[in-house]
Amino acid sequence: MNGLDILALSASALVGLGIYGLLAARHLLRRVLAFNLVGSGLFLWFGAAGACGGVGVDPIPQALIITGIVVALAASALGVALVVAHARLSGPTLPEEAPCDPEPDSGS
Amino acid sequence: MARAIPKKPRRPLSAACGNSAGMAWGDIASIGFTAVGLVFFVAGTVGLIRFPDVFSRLHALTKADNLGLGFLALGLAFQAPGWTEIAMLAMVWALALVAAGTAAQMVARAALAEGEEDERP
Amino acid sequence: MMALSFDLALAALLIVSALAAVAGRGLFRAVIFFIVYGVLVALAWARLGAVDVALAEAAIGAGLTGVLLLAAHGRLRREGLEADPGAGGQGFAAIGGAGVALALGWAWFALPEPATATRAALDSALPDAGVGNPVTAVLLNFRSFDTLLESIVLLAALVALWMLARDGAWRQRLGLPQHARPGGVLASFGRVLPPLGLLFGAFLVWSGADDNGGAFQGGTVLAASLLLAMMAGLYLPPRIGERLWQSALVLGPVVFIACGLVGALVWGGFLVLPPAYAKGVILAIETGLTISIAATLALLVIGPPEQAHNSGGAA
Repeated sequence: MNGLDILALSASALVGLGIYGLLAARHLLRRVLAFNLVGSGLFLWFGAAGACGGVGVDPIPQALIITGIVVALAASALGVALVVAHARLSGPTLPEEAPCDPEPDSGS
Repeated sequence: MARAIPKKPRRPLSAACGNSAGMAWGDIASIGFTAVGLVFFVAGTVGLIRFPDVFSRLHALTKADNLGLGFLALGLAFQAPGWTEIAMLAMVWALALVAAGTAAQMVARAALAEGEEDERP
Repeated sequence: MMALSFDLALAALLIVSALAAVAGRGLFRAVIFFIVYGVLVALAWARLGAVDVALAEAAIGAGLTGVLLLAAHGRLRREGLEADPGAGGQGFAAIGGAGVALALGWAWFALPEPATATRAALDSALPDAGVGNPVTAVLLNFRSFDTLLESIVLLAALVALWMLARDGAWRQRLGLPQHARPGGVLASFGRVLPPLGLLFGAFLVWSGADDNGGAFQGGTVLAASLLLAMMAGLYLPPRIGERLWQSALVLGPVVFIACGLVGALVWGGFLVLPPAYAKGVILAIETGLTISIAATLALLVIGPPEQAHNSGGAA
């Protein structure tokens, strides 16, 4: 097992952790965070695959990954703004996933 | 990476300090300074974990970690191929100092504003 | 042996910091560990030898995304919404996550030998590209259409972000008002660092031609300098209607499309770059692109205009 295998396997674990976070977290900002985790894990996997053949990392995957990192930031910015807007209207979780505590009084 | 313009190979400074056969003095200096830097980093981390309140932790982090970074940069300077890289390492350390100092000041001010008590025995 | 133990240590650190980011108690702790994770990923990229990607990941993935999440946490905290309600459906999520991780791991070992034909074609076409750095050549010459569309996607994301502003806030300045003390530490820092950031950002763009660097990395450093100046209270965030900022935002795509049209009319195809003119055209495109990327990324992180709280009304 060489360094590339270790990196690729840890990238797979990172993607798994990110998907766990996407599904399990209730707070929407944590979901944006987990989305970024999935993205960076996949990029690492892709980059390791690009380093398989020949010397060094293939430049074409590198260019695609740089594009992906920038677009992931743009998507995160939009996602964060959506989360903040949604939280101001109906709270930081999706309505069907809000923890069911009995409220002393119902405000609207 | 394939380059259109090949770079001129330069001798590392460590090979310049001493004989090229076997371990050069520059390499020994690198290892020594890096080890000292590691000791400072460990000290800073122990301070982060063990100190009771925000202010003393900030103190440990800012002093010990930045000094450790300085020794690390000094150790790496012996492996640098030329004066440009050494200047860059010095600039990295200077910028890290400024940034860490600013951040520590602001964290301390925010902690003070939020009512963190300064725990004196 | 040494390299293997380094790789193992790096992988362990990556997984631990990702675990703390996903399952850490409290939103703030999760965001901080995400920034740590981002820096470690940049280290992993440098270990792979992809220095351009390491620069981009450190600047954008760890830096700007971290600032974005911290700013969002601050916004939610002002309204008391940052309390973390914990996790739900962990069993199902764990099965899903583990399944995907195992599938990716199996896929890694089941990969066929990579085809080297494209690599050989790239190496033979590189001397005609006009730049020495293969990643820059791919980004701005061989697959420049992707980069053009990416710059337009950035712009679209910014416009979509602005759409989330409330009607009454449309004419306010972007983002929340900053409260740095005028003579304080942050203000001094905000005076010292942006000139260095400008120099370093321009250097990154210039050095991206033959060495490591590039328009995206340099543009991000410029955006970060701009953000620092705004957060230190030294520069007010713009309003949506300001012409100077609008011109800066569209400069990149416009220059890109113009060069593409010149290629279509003169050189035989949209975005075709003949070897004699490649370096000049790439330089022009990179300049416009860097300015646009800096403006767009800075405004993406600053956020939509907010309702005026007290005295931030129209001057």
